[in-house]
Amino acid sequence: MSLLEIHEPGETPLPHAGEASLAVGIDLGTTNSVVAIAREGVPAALHDETGKALVPSVVAYPDAGGVLVGEEARLLMAREPRNAVASIKRLMGRGAADLHAVAGILPYEIEPGSGRTDMVKLRIGGKARSPVEISAEILKALRARAEAALDKPIERAVITVPAYFDDAARTATRDAARVAGLEVLRLVNEPTAAALAYGLDKGSEGLYAVYDLGGGTFDFSLLRLEKGVFQVLATGGDAALGGDDFDRAIAERMLAERKKDGIADQVDEAAVKAALALARHMKEQLSDRDQTSGRLEFAGAPSFHALTRSDFEAMIAAHIERTLDIAANVLADAGMTAPDVQGVVLVGGSTRLPLVRAKVAGMIGKPALTDIDPDEVVALGAALQAEALTGGGDTLLLDVTPLSLGLETMGGIVEKVVPRNTPIPVQLAQDFTTYQDGQTAMAIHVVQGEREMVADCRSLARFELSGIPPMTAGAARIRVSFAVDADGLLAVSAEERTTGIAQRIEVKPSYGLSHDDMADMLYDSLENAEADVTQRLLVEARVEARRNLLALEAALAKDGSLLAADERVALDAARAELEIAIAGENRDAINAAAEALEGMSKPFAERRMDRGIREALAGMSVGDLESRVGE
Amino acid sequence: MDHFARLGLPAALELDGAALDRAYFTAQRQWHPDRFVGRPAEERAQASTEAAGLNDAYRTLKDPLSRAVYLAGLNGIDLPGDGKTIDDPDLLMEAMETREELHEAATTDAVDALAARSRDEMTKALAGLGTLFLRHDKAAIRKALLRLRYLDKFAEEARARRTNLHREKA
Repeated sequence: MSLLEIHEPGETPLPHAGEASLAVGIDLGTTNSVVAIAREGVPAALHDETGKALVPSVVAYPDAGGVLVGEEARLLMAREPRNAVASIKRLMGRGAADLHAVAGILPYEIEPGSGRTDMVKLRIGGKARSPVEISAEILKALRARAEAALDKPIERAVITVPAYFDDAARTATRDAARVAGLEVLRLVNEPTAAALAYGLDKGSEGLYAVYDLGGGTFDFSLLRLEKGVFQVLATGGDAALGGDDFDRAIAERMLAERKKDGIADQVDEAAVKAALALARHMKEQLSDRDQTSGRLEFAGAPSFHALTRSDFEAMIAAHIERTLDIAANVLADAGMTAPDVQGVVLVGGSTRLPLVRAKVAGMIGKPALTDIDPDEVVALGAALQAEALTGGGDTLLLDVTPLSLGLETMGGIVEKVVPRNTPIPVQLAQDFTTYQDGQTAMAIHVVQGEREMVADCRSLARFELSGIPPMTAGAARIRVSFAVDADGLLAVSAEERTTGIAQRIEVKPSYGLSHDDMADMLYDSLENAEADVTQRLLVEARVEARRNLLALEAALAKDGSLLAADERVALDAARAELEIAIAGENRDAINAAAEALEGMSKPFAERRMDRGIREALAGMSVGDLESRVGE
Repeated sequence: MDHFARLGLPAALELDGAALDRAYFTAQRQWHPDRFVGRPAEERAQASTEAAGLNDAYRTLKDPLSRAVYLAGLNGIDLPGDGKTIDDPDLLMEAMETREELHEAATTDAVDALAARSRDEMTKALAGLGTLFLRHDKAAIRKALLRLRYLDKFAEEARARRTNLHREKA
């Protein structure tokens, strides 16, 4: 048995190997970020000298040089608006096509030309900077805070992301940590982290909901807590809905009021930033009182604005309803109803709004749990997980994929391979085949989303499996495998099974190819399910009809001589009819034309079969034939 | 290794949900990638594969319908892939009638009533599967599973219809 060591009084002991590798939990938020540490199961947020845990997620590159993060950056924003940026999280992993989701909400100056095939870049402080490097500045500041508070080097962290973040945004978050010199032990979903903080602290068991409305994202998750197991049953959300939208509504109203009062504003970036800052202040005021007012001044023209709580609540009611719709869908996904839920945890600054609290409590039928600060709870949970991962805790976090993953098939239809709410890590495969005779390559297009058509989902990656030996259509067996790791990151590989030609890719998100922003995808899927099914049936009818036309063309090229001239004319006319129907939008017309063509080509098919049999038999002796029949 | 064996459970149509959860949690405590942070890459890859296999097994066995389809597969009864045409005339007739009813349902209450009826049908059909498996009546099992799959799909469609009606009202 080894003896316990005791150090000299006043002397600092050498750090243990375990202590040297302290890992922190980081909530990298849209509006504010928090860093926390857990020791022996007790988490604590790390404060600055003034006792504040929240670091505003604002980065500034002042004219004087250097980089500012947090409160100082926020203050600089008023003086040098072009040198500062807030809410950068909304652009993580986003391409140009995603921008309409945030356009008008936030005053970003986009670097021209960026975002077509890569992530958008911003022009800040006269330089093009990517959301990854800007987020890395926030992470560096959090890391520095932790190192100062703990007096130890910090190199590892658990970082939280919205459950509803897609692959591109998760990858971007990982990259930002790398730039900040942090190894990411795990990306943990924010609602899961919040549940962890509550579950371990309170020893709760049963079914819990987490309602997480932050500055820019909304998540709703259902978890089962049982003896140290945190099992996520279902999750859903909107990656572009949050307190920013409420600020914007107030700011727009104030700008409209100025216009009505005859103030001809040149609404530039500085004006928008000033209006948003005042709007946020007024919003926060209205959590404690029934009315508030504020003063705006730009271009030398002052204006005064009053706002009552009931007016404000009417302005944001549609947003809140939307969160409740999403919550109802998540419950249905898990096969649960509101009375099954034992408690709902509120996370995110926007849950301070009395309207949100009332609506959520009304829906679940129980008062919400708010005893842990909703601004800190996510970071505290992340810290607990960081300790468990480095120190070997007994907690088990079982999370799920927030969005379905699939492939594009003929006609732009999505074939889902990994459905949403599948537990991760997961490895699932599906077989696909060729569409045309002699096809030697296959375009693999990976998409994420709930809709039936590719155009309505987010495009994640495209690659080509080539070198398939020429075979008849439908003979090849292409197995496409999807692997999602415990961080929610995807890798896709494809293999031709008859020859073993393999191609593997890590998904590199192809930014900006999708027409819809992912925020609306899950929500739209239910709203549009009926239309989608109709569209899918139409596309399937087209694909099937084209396949038959192709097969017939091939047969005609080979055995066209079996047809009399008038038969050929009739058949060609039926083919043309089908082509016309395919070009139209009527599924019944396509099916009718396809059926007519099939009936007309039946005699031709029979004659081909006869010829085939005769050819097969030709040159065979009676003996061969008998032994064949005997087989 | 089949999904039942992976979780150390008997290959049976009826599974105790709590026993399934227990087996799954116990195995995940051993293999979840969170237990392998800081281990060599090879061990981490193995853990990831094992955990993925456990998740696949759990997901398949948790839902009574997917469990029945899987068990049928182990017994050599393969069902056509999703979205293929219905080849059972009785089911085709039932599907056309219920779809028509759903299409005509103009209130959320009407949709709920249809969904409830469909759920009852599912419960009955699932309860009847046991006898068919005992008799090893492959044709009847296949027919029943195809119908169950249709009923399951119908439930999803009813939910979509309900969401639309709800949205229209709001």
